[in-house]
Amino acid sequence: MNPEYEPLTARALAGEIKDLCASVTQTVRFMEVCGTHTMAIHSAGLKSFFPENLKLVSGPGCPVCVTEKRFIDHAILLARHYDACLITFGDLVRVPGTFGSLATLRAEGGRVRVVYSPIQAVEIALEEAPRPAVLLGVGFETTVPTVAATLMSALRKNVDNLFVLSAFKTIHPPLRILAAKEDLHGFLLPGHVSAIIGSDCYSYLPADFGKPGVVAGFEPLDILLAIRDLIRLTVEGFPQIVNDYTRVVRANGNPAARGVTEEVLEPSDASWRGLGVIPGSGLTLKGPYYRFDAAAHLPVEVPQAEDDPRCKCAAILTGSLTPDKCGLFGRGCTPEDPVGPCMVSSEGTCAAYYKYGAA
Amino acid sequence: MCLAIPMKLIEMTGEGTGRVDAGGVKTDVVLTMVPQAQLGDFLIIHAGFGIEVLDTQEAQIRLDLFRELAEATRSLEDA
Repeated sequence: MNPEYEPLTARALAGEIKDLCASVTQTVRFMEVCGTHTMAIHSAGLKSFFPENLKLVSGPGCPVCVTEKRFIDHAILLARHYDACLITFGDLVRVPGTFGSLATLRAEGGRVRVVYSPIQAVEIALEEAPRPAVLLGVGFETTVPTVAATLMSALRKNVDNLFVLSAFKTIHPPLRILAAKEDLHGFLLPGHVSAIIGSDCYSYLPADFGKPGVVAGFEPLDILLAIRDLIRLTVEGFPQIVNDYTRVVRANGNPAARGVTEEVLEPSDASWRGLGVIPGSGLTLKGPYYRFDAAAHLPVEVPQAEDDPRCKCAAILTGSLTPDKCGLFGRGCTPEDPVGPCMVSSEGTCAAYYKYGAA
Repeated sequence: MCLAIPMKLIEMTGEGTGRVDAGGVKTDVVLTMVPQAQLGDFLIIHAGFGIEVLDTQEAQIRLDLFRELAEATRSLEDA
């Protein structure tokens, strides 16, 4: 696109958003479900475009943020008890557990390997053999098939020292809980999760809850377009699901990717920071892939973990509180010395507020 | 974490693997979830895997829409 068109298009969309908001008296609150959207919204300063009565709150779609402290503890215990090498995405390294983070473990001589792609885990496991190599399985529907495909490769190669500690999550169960909240009026739906699960599968939002949802891309103009459509659907009182990311998201998603996931994993209950245990919101290894289950095959006693009571990540993840209302924000909790995961993750809401400000 | 970027498929390197490029940055990726991918396609790459093929026709529709909005805004602002 001609670069001079970008600010003009942004002003056009912002103008429409403002006009639509002027036609309603109450405050309209939308939730951006995905952490990558949270970061994009803040880094582009999009909130400065919005009128007073339009509020965007962040949701639970930051996998590091919704992962419980106990998961970090579990990983560290595996490293200590079994001399395991931990394989992880970079986002998780500095998240504080009860007895330090993976960074602490590494500083103490533990083995922590950071990867860009889960597929690297197969090679790492072969290098580390006979020591167990444990891939920390954190992520939503977008990331899950990449780990599942890795395990299919590991099974074919008969790699017997690779394990996965699963904290995988799926988005529909928490979204149903959040959709029931009266103070949320619509949802900016995650672009890349939807690339896998499709845009059709959100029909329960309008059907069961009378709320609209718009699937959005990640460019600033994509997000403005999606917000305009959300507010339009709200003002018109005609809730439905709109896909504004059609260049990537199909109505039926990516069946090949879902097939990989279904081959390797099955739904199970999962515990979310901020939301507690949600039935059917996690994924567990099944069939021949059960042999890779770290929790089953490398048993350790993992005590219950207490979150710092001053940390408000739980309320922030459900859109009940903004980070600037947390007493620790920017004082006791900074990206350099974080207390909660929302300040650690590159797409955490607190990190976004800290880096770019509240507006 | 669900960060994904479009990269152009420039080479098939093996069964279910290929090489992609974005602005000179090249990397090897797994293509098993995008079996329909052809050389020259833009793929959405997440964690070393192609997760979808970019629909260029839909991308063009978006650009056309944004261009229309931009031109309408310019004529309004100039008026």
